[in-house]
Amino acid sequence: MVDPESGLSLTIARIVQRLQGSSLHSQLERQARVSLHKPEIKLESLKEDIKDFLKTSGWEKKLQNAVYSELNVFPSPCHPAAPPEHMKEPLAYMRKAQGSWEKRILKSLNSMCTELSIPLAQKRPVGEQKELLNKWNEMGTDEPDLSLFRPVYAPKDFLEVLMNLRNPNYENGEQPSFRNHLGLIQVPLKVKDIPELKEDFSELGLNIGQLGIDDSAQVPPEFFENEHVRVGQKVLAEQDSAAAQQYVRQGCPTALRADLWALILNISNQPEDILYYEQLKSNVIQHDLLVDSLIYKDVKLTASNDDYYFVFEDYLYQVLLCFSRDTSVLEHFTYSSATPPKSYIRGKLGIEEYAVFYPPNGVIPFHGFSMYVAPLCFLYHEPSKLYQIFREMYVRFFFRLHSISSHPSGIVSLCLLFETLLQTHLPQLFYHLREIGAQPLRISFKWMVRAFSGYLATDQLLLLWDRILGYNSLEILAVLAAAVFAFRAVNLMEVTSLAAAEAVLADLSTLKVMPLLQIFLFATVT
Amino acid sequence: MGTARPAHRSPWGRRAPPPVAMGTAQAGSAMARRQRGLPGASRRSEERWDFCWGEAAWLRERLGRAALEQHVRVCHFRNHYELTRKNYLVKNLKRLRKQLEREAGKLEAAKCDFFPKTFEMPLEYHLFVEEFRKNPGITWIMKPVGRSQGKGIFLFRKLKDVIDWKKDGLHTDDQKDETQVEIYVAQRYIENPYLIGGRKFDLRVYVLVTSYIPLKAWLYRDGFARFSNTRFTLNSIDDHYIHLTNVAVQRTAPGYDPEKGCKWMIQQLRQYLTAKHGAESVEVLFADMDNIFIKSLQSVQKVIISDKHCFELYGYDILIDQDLKPWLLEVNASPSLTASSQEDYELKCHLLKDTLHIVDMEGRLTGKEKRVGGFDLLWNDGPVSREGNLDTLLKENFMANTHLGCYNDRKKQLKQLFRSLSAQQKV
Repeated sequence: MVDPESGLSLTIARIVQRLQGSSLHSQLERQARVSLHKPEIKLESLKEDIKDFLKTSGWEKKLQNAVYSELNVFPSPCHPAAPPEHMKEPLAYMRKAQGSWEKRILKSLNSMCTELSIPLAQKRPVGEQKELLNKWNEMGTDEPDLSLFRPVYAPKDFLEVLMNLRNPNYENGEQPSFRNHLGLIQVPLKVKDIPELKEDFSELGLNIGQLGIDDSAQVPPEFFENEHVRVGQKVLAEQDSAAAQQYVRQGCPTALRADLWALILNISNQPEDILYYEQLKSNVIQHDLLVDSLIYKDVKLTASNDDYYFVFEDYLYQVLLCFSRDTSVLEHFTYSSATPPKSYIRGKLGIEEYAVFYPPNGVIPFHGFSMYVAPLCFLYHEPSKLYQIFREMYVRFFFRLHSISSHPSGIVSLCLLFETLLQTHLPQLFYHLREIGAQPLRISFKWMVRAFSGYLATDQLLLLWDRILGYNSLEILAVLAAAVFAFRAVNLMEVTSLAAAEAVLADLSTLKVMPLLQIFLFATVT
Repeated sequence: MGTARPAHRSPWGRRAPPPVAMGTAQAGSAMARRQRGLPGASRRSEERWDFCWGEAAWLRERLGRAALEQHVRVCHFRNHYELTRKNYLVKNLKRLRKQLEREAGKLEAAKCDFFPKTFEMPLEYHLFVEEFRKNPGITWIMKPVGRSQGKGIFLFRKLKDVIDWKKDGLHTDDQKDETQVEIYVAQRYIENPYLIGGRKFDLRVYVLVTSYIPLKAWLYRDGFARFSNTRFTLNSIDDHYIHLTNVAVQRTAPGYDPEKGCKWMIQQLRQYLTAKHGAESVEVLFADMDNIFIKSLQSVQKVIISDKHCFELYGYDILIDQDLKPWLLEVNASPSLTASSQEDYELKCHLLKDTLHIVDMEGRLTGKEKRVGGFDLLWNDGPVSREGNLDTLLKENFMANTHLGCYNDRKKQLKQLFRSLSAQQKV
């Protein structure tokens, strides 16, 4: 264990290193220099005066937000002697499993490539470049022949892999019984139980006002809603990331949500960010990647068929095509258990100088990937801002939903949390479903992998994602999944097949998320 | 069932009312019949029906023939075309505008400026040419007054296109009523519609009028936004599919996927706009829409043949422009009740159910209700405020009783309403 003193100084050193040379750093320097012209800055107390100036002009707040952002995203450093893999994933068997999963995906991608004789990447001819530039705002009108492409993998393939995960150091010779875990996930990770969750999610308690419950038509707005909106406006005026994160735990008012999320994710859409996005756009125009076709296919199969997201089809291409080419995303691999796939320039296989990451951002999209972006289109309309918000959401949260790791917000832990909650608090239901061959995780897995996007009504989904941001954790997805099963328990007890169970849980679009969560956590007898 | 009965008390006293006999004169009423779970329709020729949901033309003829018994209800006003035919509507609105300008000044009159500049053709051809010449380069849309579903509509920018069309002579099409020159309107095309995802959309909103004198109108909370299947551009005016958002036209567009559907519920739209523009701007937008409904009904109030037996469910088509100003495209007296999806089906079923609740053949309501199911009372011989009292009407904190695009918990509300009504009856 690292002792708190040196742990803190390590963290500080890391943050300083990351912020040094960033655009915020140069802006602060510029501001400090500019302030020298101001009369209140005196030579005798130069350092103090500049510090005061930065405080009153709001620049200190910006720095605070940046530091807070770093703390949220990067895990605390482990022992100084630990190798870098440990920041990615401390458990060796998990790393191994992720590695073989990645090999499988890459093999699938390569074989598709060879079958269709399409290169992984190629430069676009000039004519095609011009055409794409003209069509940039309406790429959805394109109808390329995508019949030969298939998604590289679907969530259920991933579930099969997770089901077969085993810790080689853990010997479980006992027969499955009520005292053991009856679910699909058989690795001994530590997950929280309801008393711990109650503590963690204390702001969702019965005595505390929530958007999604206490803003309903029957409740007069004076009770909670008006004050909550007022506080939200104040938080935005102060531009305080940490306060915003605390605030959204009770939900965001619709009109303030876009700004609040941007504040929490520390996205300010500076000119250099817009420039960066334009650069990515020109990369898309110039080079054609195989993954582009995968993205097209995914959007056409999922978001375009959704009753509400079909409208945003064009935005999805504009975001996802750029996303594939964004090498800054590679940074997240330092704390993700995944490793970006490598490819070699033609003819130079194995020669490291000619190795490139493929796709450039290291993330191979799977079936349903575009659904991570679709709900954000409700909030952000300017492409570069939409893009940055999505990228930040991905490197903070979404990447954990399709990589094998022991992190408490990783998909493995979420699955185990879901199954444990269900088995502990609804044992009869769990046993019944298991007996009829309808393991609950088989149904809820797809909800969690997509963070419920496309399954819940949009306004409910956004209320759920408010809490993901507020608590900086995805555990709420597992809690909601269990709460949904609890809600429909009576119907589920009567089904006799997996298909019937699926049918009972096929339509979640009428569910109200916050009451379900509140009842499950705070009003169920444990 | 021949004796006179007061309008709002149950004609059958405390006994359960005998089933209402339904007359139907059109396919759309099949749903209405099912709603009530009542015995099927009697034959049209034998007048043994109390309620008729039927085709406007048939009803018009019937209403003109002989008086109906007092309790009978029918779903159209005799001359609803004053509101629904584009050339009559523009005439009525112009008259209202002049009246308001005389009585209340220019500012009040400007509240009628929600109808794009329209000229009846061929009657007002010369006035149109004058206006056309004043605004060179803008786009105009030519619409036949009597047809629906987007038939016969075209866009133009050059006078030459109209001259050619006029030269073509009589436009006789097989219309049921008229064999003379078909009347068109030339209307200024709204070139800056509000776009979502690059697509144009219009709104379908439902307004139920139970009486014109005095004017009593209800606004339904649900409705939908119909999206064009293709991205909006002014470059290809001939592309019907872009400009006309009628689902009927979209159905035939290439690439149209019926499974996809191109509708959003108004609640979604309201959420989207609130997230983008903030709550206040959206409140203003919806208040402006209330204004459209009220003013359009007021403009025909004195012209419509008032008849206690009649009620009418209108489908308003509204277009929002980029400045968040709503425009009235047209009013339909027979809005489509066929469903394009499960959600749509439920909306229309609930709409019909609540319409029948308000028409209140069973005589259950007191007449003082401000909300029945998904309908909120929009106008009751005067504006209706959200709070009960009349004195809040004049204060600045007057909040209209309308909830378009808001949460519709109609089932719960109906349960409470009928429970309290039956409790009142027992007393």
